[in-house]
Amino acid sequence: MSLRYPLRDFHMDIFSCDVLVVGGGGAGLRAAIAAADAQPTLKIGVVSKVYPMRSHTVSAEGGAAAVIKTGDSLDEHAYDTISGGDWLSDQDAVEVFVREAPTEMLQMEHWGCPWNREPDGHVAVRPFGGMKVQRTWFAADKTGFHMLHTLFQTSLKYEQIQRFDEYFVTTLLVDEGRCEGVVAIELATGRVVAIAAKAVILCTGGCGKVFPFTTNASIKNGDGMALAYRAGVPLKDMEFVQYHPTGLPFTGILITEAARAEGGWMLNKDGYRYLQDYDLGKPEPKPVLRSMELGPRDRLSQAFVKEQEKGRTFEGPYGHYVHLDVRHLGQKLIDKKLPFVRELCLKYVNLDPVREMIPVRPVVHYMMGGVHTDINGATSLSGLYAAGEVACVSINGANRLGSNSLTELLVFGARAGRAAAAFTAEAPDASSSVATQAHDEEAHLERRFRQRDSVRSGETERIATLRTEMQGVMEQSAGIYRSAPTLEQGAAQLQSLQERLTRVGVDDRSYTFNTEITSLLELSYMLDLAEGIVHAALARTESRGSHQRTDHPDRDDQRFLAHSMVHRTSSGQPRIEYSPVTITRWPPGKRVYGR
Amino acid sequence: MASTITLAVTRYRPEEEAEPTVETYTVPFRKDWVVLDALNHIKDHQDGTLSYRWSCRMGVCGSCGMMVNGSPKLTCAAFLSDYAPGPVRVEPLQFFPIVRDLIVDIGEFLHKLKKVKPWIVRAEEQPLSEGEYLQTPDEVDAYKAFSMCINCMLCYSACPIVGLESHFTGPAAIALAQRYNLDSRDQGASGRVEILSDHEGMWGCTFVGDCSRVCPKNVDPAAAIQQYKLTTAVDTLKSWLLPRGSR
Ligand SMILES: Cc1cc2nc3c(=O)[nH]c(=O)nc-3n(C[C@H](O)[C@H](O)[C@H](O)COP(=O)(O)OP(=O)(O)OC[C@H]3O[C@@H](n4cnc5c(N)ncnc54)[C@H](O)[C@@H]3O)c2cc1C
Ligand code: SF4
Ligand code: FES
Repeated sequence: MSLRYPLRDFHMDIFSCDVLVVGGGGAGLRAAIAAADAQPTLKIGVVSKVYPMRSHTVSAEGGAAAVIKTGDSLDEHAYDTISGGDWLSDQDAVEVFVREAPTEMLQMEHWGCPWNREPDGHVAVRPFGGMKVQRTWFAADKTGFHMLHTLFQTSLKYEQIQRFDEYFVTTLLVDEGRCEGVVAIELATGRVVAIAAKAVILCTGGCGKVFPFTTNASIKNGDGMALAYRAGVPLKDMEFVQYHPTGLPFTGILITEAARAEGGWMLNKDGYRYLQDYDLGKPEPKPVLRSMELGPRDRLSQAFVKEQEKGRTFEGPYGHYVHLDVRHLGQKLIDKKLPFVRELCLKYVNLDPVREMIPVRPVVHYMMGGVHTDINGATSLSGLYAAGEVACVSINGANRLGSNSLTELLVFGARAGRAAAAFTAEAPDASSSVATQAHDEEAHLERRFRQRDSVRSGETERIATLRTEMQGVMEQSAGIYRSAPTLEQGAAQLQSLQERLTRVGVDDRSYTFNTEITSLLELSYMLDLAEGIVHAALARTESRGSHQRTDHPDRDDQRFLAHSMVHRTSSGQPRIEYSPVTITRWPPGKRVYGR
Repeated sequence: MASTITLAVTRYRPEEEAEPTVETYTVPFRKDWVVLDALNHIKDHQDGTLSYRWSCRMGVCGSCGMMVNGSPKLTCAAFLSDYAPGPVRVEPLQFFPIVRDLIVDIGEFLHKLKKVKPWIVRAEEQPLSEGEYLQTPDEVDAYKAFSMCINCMLCYSACPIVGLESHFTGPAAIALAQRYNLDSRDQGASGRVEILSDHEGMWGCTFVGDCSRVCPKNVDPAAAIQQYKLTTAVDTLKSWLLPRGSR
C-alpha cells in the first residue's frame, strides 16, 4: 500500500500550552478556570470535539447537591452518598466532596447561575432520590444547561484560556512515562495538529453510547477513557453502569428525577404504586425522602425488571414501560419547577403531562466507573489528570446518587485544575519526541482511515452495523441483570467485533469535516470500553449497587469490598485486578430505604 | 400512510465542487421520526459521507439547526410527519458561510458573544464565605427568559439585518447582554452599552420580530433589542445633557 506522506502540503502545526484540558463540558471548563485562577500566568488550552456549550452537561436537568441549609450536615450528605454507592465509594474522597461542594456551588452563584430562589432571596433546594435531606440546588429543570452556559460565559473573560473548538483528540503524547500533550484533528480542515502541554486533564465525559438505549448524547463515546486506557492507565469500576428508571421509550430522553422529587408517582399497568413491593417503603401521598419514588436509581430500575417479569408492565412498540404520573401536581407547579419535562413531552411525544401519564422505562444514564484517579484527579501516568464523568475518584461507588454528578464536576474539576497548575511548576518542557510522535500519528490516521476500502466496494462493513451489534451485545450481557453465561458470550462477541473493526469501510475521503472518520474512531474507543465493562462484570462474582448478578445475588464484602482495575494487556485484552476501598468513618452496612 | 419519504439535501464538498448541489435520499417514513432521525438513517445506511452536526437529540445542545423547507429549525424537534408527503428540503442555516454539506461556520458568533461581556461584572466581589447574593424570585424572573438561549443560531438565520450586514451583533448576543444587564447581581451594564450602540445593525433592526418567532426557547431576542435601543437612546441623550463623568 502506498503511503501518502507527508500528507498535505502544509507542515504540521505544533501548539503548546502549560495546562491542556481535553473537554469543554462542566468538568473541563471548571478545571480550566481553576488552573487560570491558581496561576494567572499559565497558558491554558481547552480542546473539545464540539463547541463547549454543546457538551453533554447541557442536558442535565434535575440539580446539583450541596449542603447549605440548616438542618442538614456534611456527614449526612456523606452517608447518603456512601450508602447510595453500596459502600464502594472511597470515603476520604466523599469527605472532600461534601466539604468543598457548598463553596463550589456558591461560586457558581457568584458567576451568575440562575438558581431557583426562596421568597427571601436565598437559594432554594429540592429533594432528590436517595438523599435524606433536601439539598439539591436547581435552576428549574435545566440545571446542567444553566451551569454549562454560566461556566462557558465566565471562561470568556480569561484571556489566558485558549480554545480549540471542534478539534477531535486521537491520542495522548506520552514519552518516558510522562504525558506531554495530545494529537488532534481540526475538524473544519482535517489538519492534524499536536498540542504539547506540561499537564493534560481529561474531562471527556461518559460512554453511554456503548448501549443501545441511553439518555446520553451522540458525543458520549468514552473517548478519554479509551485514550487513557491505551496509554496504560487503568480504568476503575467499569462494571457499574447506572440505569435511570425514567426514560422516554424510543428516544431515551430523560424525564428527570425531579419529577418524582416534586411528588410524581411510578405506576404499573394496574395503576398500582409497585415500588412498595420492593422494600422501598410505603406509599404516601406526599414524597418521603429516601423512600418509594425517592429511592436510589439502581433499586428502582431493578424493580422495573421484576414488574416486567410479573407481567405487570405495559408493552409498546419500543419495549415494556410503566407510567410516571405527575398530573396531581397541577399545571402551576409543573410550569414553575418542571417546565422542561412538559416541553420535552409536548415536543417529543406529543403528550401533556399536566393531563396525561408519561410512559417511561429504565435507560442507561451514567458511568460510575472511569479513569482511575486520586483525590486530586491525578492518574498513574505523570502529567495526566482526569475529572468529571470520565474519571473514577470514586465518590459514586456502585451507584451514583442523582445530583451528585454536577457537583462532582465542579469539586473535582477544580481540584484537578489546581493540581495540574501546580504540577507545571516542576515539569520540564515537552520533549523533542513530541513532533515525531505526532507525525507518526498523522501517518497512522492516514493509513488506517483515509486509505481504507470504501463501503461502496462491497467488500467491507458499515460502521453502523458494528455499532448496533456492539450495543445489542452490551444490553444482552451487561444490562440491569447479568450472569456468567451471558457475560462470557458477550466477551466473545466483542472480541470478534474487534476483529471485524479492521474491515469497516470508509467512503468519505474529504479532509473537510469528515464525520465518518470520527465516527469510526469513536466506535473503536467504545469497543475497548465495552470489553472493559464486560470483563469487569464477569470477574465480580457478587451483586452490589448497579451490578446485579443473578448467579451471585449477594454482596460479598469479604472478596469484593474492592475497586476493580481494568488494565490493557499487550494483546489488547483487558486484565482485571483489585484495589482496596478507603473506609474512614462509615463501616459497610445494609442499605435501608423507606424505613 | 406512505411508507417512505424523500429528502432533498444540500451537499457541498469544498475539495471536490465549487458550488453546493442537491442530493435526494429516500428514507422510511415513520410517525415518531424527526428530520434528524432521517439524516442519521441516511448516514448509517445509505451514505456515510453526509455531514451535519448533532448531539443531544433533545433540543438543548443547539447543534442541529438547519433550514427545513426554507425555515430555520432544530432538526431534532422537526417531525417528518409535519412535512409529509415531502419531499423535505434540508439546507444549511442561511446567512452563514458553509463549511461542508449542512455544517455552517459559526466562528463569528463566538466573537460576538465574547464582545458583549457575558459574565457578571462587579465593582466588588463578596467573599464566598459570606454566602450567596440574595435574589428574589421576581429578580430572577427579570432576566430568566434571556438566559434560556441555547445558541442554536436559528434567529441569525431568520434575521434580515444579519442577511445584509453580517457584522451585526445579532439577536442572541444582544439578548445575552441584556440577560446580564437585568441580573440584580451585575453592575456591568454601562460597559455593554458602547459595544452595541456604536453599531449600525441595531438601529437598522425594524422589529419585524422574525428572530423571536423562530426561537425554539422563547427567548424573545426582539424584546431584548428593543429594550437595548431604549436604554441606549436614553444614554445617548444623557451624554448630551450631563458631564461624562456622572454617567
Ligand atoms: C440527560 C441527563 C441528565 C442528567 N441530569 C443530571 C442531574 O440533574 N444532576 C447531576 O448531578 N447529573 C446529571 N447528569 C449527569 C451529568 O450531567 C454528567 O455526568 C456530566 O454533565 C458530565 O460532564 P463532563 O464535564 O464530565 O462531560 P461532558 O459534559 O459530557 O463533556 C465532555 C467534553 O469532552 C469533549 N470530548 C469528548 N471526547 C473528545 C475528543 N475525542 N476530543 C476532544 N474533545 C472531546 C466533548 O466535546 C465535551 O466538551 C445527567 C446526565 C444526562 C445524560
Ligand atoms: S435566541 Fe433563540 S433562536 Fe436565537 S440562538 Fe438563542 S435559542 Fe436560538
Ligand atoms: S441535537 Fe441538540 S438541539 Fe438538536
